[in-house]
Amino acid sequence: MAVRTLSQMDAYAGAPEKKYTLYMLMLGFIALMVGTLFGPLQSFNYGGLDLYPFLKPVFQNYYQGLTLHGVLNAIIFTQLFGQAIMVYLPARELGLRPNMTLAWVSFWMALIGLLIAALPLLANAASVLYTFYPPLKAHWAFYLGAALFVLSSYVSIYLALEMWARWRKAHPGQITPLVTYMSVTYWLMWLLASLGLVVEVALFLIPWSLGLLDGVDPLLMRTLFWYTGHPIVYFWLLPAYALAYTTLPRLAGGKLISDPLARLVFLLFLLFSVPVGFHHQFADPGIAPYWKFIHTILTMMVAVPSLITAFTIAASLENAGRNNGGKGLLGWIAALPWNNPTVLAFLLGFLAFIPGGAGGIVNASFNLNQNIHNTVWIPGHFHLQVGTLVTMAAMGTAFWLVPHLTGKPLVARGMALASQWLWFIGMFIMTFALHWMGFLYAVPRRSHIAGSPIAMEAYRESAAWMVLNIVAGVILLIAAILFFYVLYATALQSRREPSQVMAEVPFTEVLSKAEGSSLAQLTERVWFWFGIALLLVVLAYGPVLFQMFTHMNPVPGVRLW
Amino acid sequence: MDENVHVIERYERAWIVFGLGMIAVFIVLIGYLMIANRGTIPISAGRVDATQVRSAGDFANPRVEQVGNEYVVYVQAFAFGYLPTEIRVKAGRKVTFNITSPDAQHGFQIERTNINPQVIPGEVVQVSHVFRTPGEYRIICNEYCGIGHANMVSKIIVEP
Repeated sequence: MAVRTLSQMDAYAGAPEKKYTLYMLMLGFIALMVGTLFGPLQSFNYGGLDLYPFLKPVFQNYYQGLTLHGVLNAIIFTQLFGQAIMVYLPARELGLRPNMTLAWVSFWMALIGLLIAALPLLANAASVLYTFYPPLKAHWAFYLGAALFVLSSYVSIYLALEMWARWRKAHPGQITPLVTYMSVTYWLMWLLASLGLVVEVALFLIPWSLGLLDGVDPLLMRTLFWYTGHPIVYFWLLPAYALAYTTLPRLAGGKLISDPLARLVFLLFLLFSVPVGFHHQFADPGIAPYWKFIHTILTMMVAVPSLITAFTIAASLENAGRNNGGKGLLGWIAALPWNNPTVLAFLLGFLAFIPGGAGGIVNASFNLNQNIHNTVWIPGHFHLQVGTLVTMAAMGTAFWLVPHLTGKPLVARGMALASQWLWFIGMFIMTFALHWMGFLYAVPRRSHIAGSPIAMEAYRESAAWMVLNIVAGVILLIAAILFFYVLYATALQSRREPSQVMAEVPFTEVLSKAEGSSLAQLTERVWFWFGIALLLVVLAYGPVLFQMFTHMNPVPGVRLW
Repeated sequence: MDENVHVIERYERAWIVFGLGMIAVFIVLIGYLMIANRGTIPISAGRVDATQVRSAGDFANPRVEQVGNEYVVYVQAFAFGYLPTEIRVKAGRKVTFNITSPDAQHGFQIERTNINPQVIPGEVVQVSHVFRTPGEYRIICNEYCGIGHANMVSKIIVEP
């Protein structure tokens, strides 16, 4: 026992931020595991197979499970992964240590917030889904815990900006290194983006749930929610992008094509992530159609950085494939290291992102949105985005990052590869079925259809597609079991290899460098661009929010579950 | 490959221009459809006191009203159903729906149409549609509203 404690001390002695990163990462993956358990049950529900009666003593209904699924996977897991990656990568790149006291403060805020919110969730006192639209009214502890959890990310903003400031002081006149640039723009975007949610929860929902307010205005709450609700998906996505830009080309055997374009992508996300939220409110009354059209245009603009990413990542992978000896039009694809579970996870994730992005552009297209709003098309779309690319990027990264942080080598590499293939195939089948069921048969999202004879009768024409959901549910369950076995077997083994501890983050080399690039110089004026982002938000939201704040129509809360 | 980096950058610029061009085309098409399909876009038709919806005003008496050659429908979307329970209209005439909720948020999607507004308590949402083909159309609640959400299905009967 004494020997083991000693070796554990050694693993983190020179780099305490490794331990912090590991804790954030593992807490995130525990949330993912618990949240994911409900996934196959929901797939079966959309296949007409109702297993919820068997969960009865522990979980009361479908919607309680769905709330846990959304909160744990889309909020808890994604934020913790962002806090792990977007603090650790710049620390490694700059060779600086984040303020460790505050780093642990952020971890404990996240953990305590999570536990406070978990109690009402597990007691079926907050089955309001992860969008918690009023007047559905949850227990106060749900809003309070969620607020504390989200505020933990504000500490991460400080950690990243403080390291950046320290580096700039020591390197006047130099261009910010790439990963740090990504991290800084990412956290500034989140600072701006999170304000809507913070105002909604702190000023309205917490006082309301404590009985200090009789009611809240549901339209204003939706508007504040979606002010944050759209950029939050870029908050989930960008850690995956940062890893794809700065580690994937190296892992695949090549180099990143262009450093300045990677900066441009993150800058465009800083500018356009936030002022687009009305595309979640196309169906809402109380927001004039011309405002919705303005947000449509801005939403289209935020597709641009992902179009650039598609090219840059594909070109960098082609560079890797040709370096590995691939020839011809498609030979470079076969020459990529498909047997590396990290590379595999990213390749498959980006493949899913192509139809995912196309669906996103459909959703953003105002009128087209009327056909698919609130149908299962929408979960079909975002399971390609966050459920496939973001999650696979995280799983794939865990395959090298957990050994890197702990010094423990990856176990069961074959299972790791199998988990990624199965996850991808399962998600592809499921999202395909959901898109068609939503588009052709208007099957609604967030609905316990398997528990309702009325619903099963109403949607019986989509029975053939429903079968695919059951198949996908089984495949995804197997994929999850394999992945979590590999993750925990790696992290909990007692074997350590010093070479793993000493290994560096696999940062890529770049072909087109930042030095001497006028584009890189232009993007370097981060605070100027932050001001522009702020201005865009004021222009796109100011008049509508002013109108809503000065004409509130509060309604009382209801509990209908 | 490494020495071709400037060639790659030229292709990338072309790709970005193509992407922007595609987006410009989409925006023009959306703008056109916005004008062409004006009635299906949900708009606000005033506000109400959600606690009074069941007892006073237009929505306490949910109904289909014939106004000249058109229909005006007042719908109460509640947990977990719609009033009036059955809506009958004739094909080829404009139907304007005014919808509100006395409790939680609901959906009001009419299958095989572009009608899909969000029903928010305190707000009256308005959409209109001309049913060309006679038959039965389901109305589906597609906003989670509580334990009976999946049962919340109604219908519109369009007569020839």
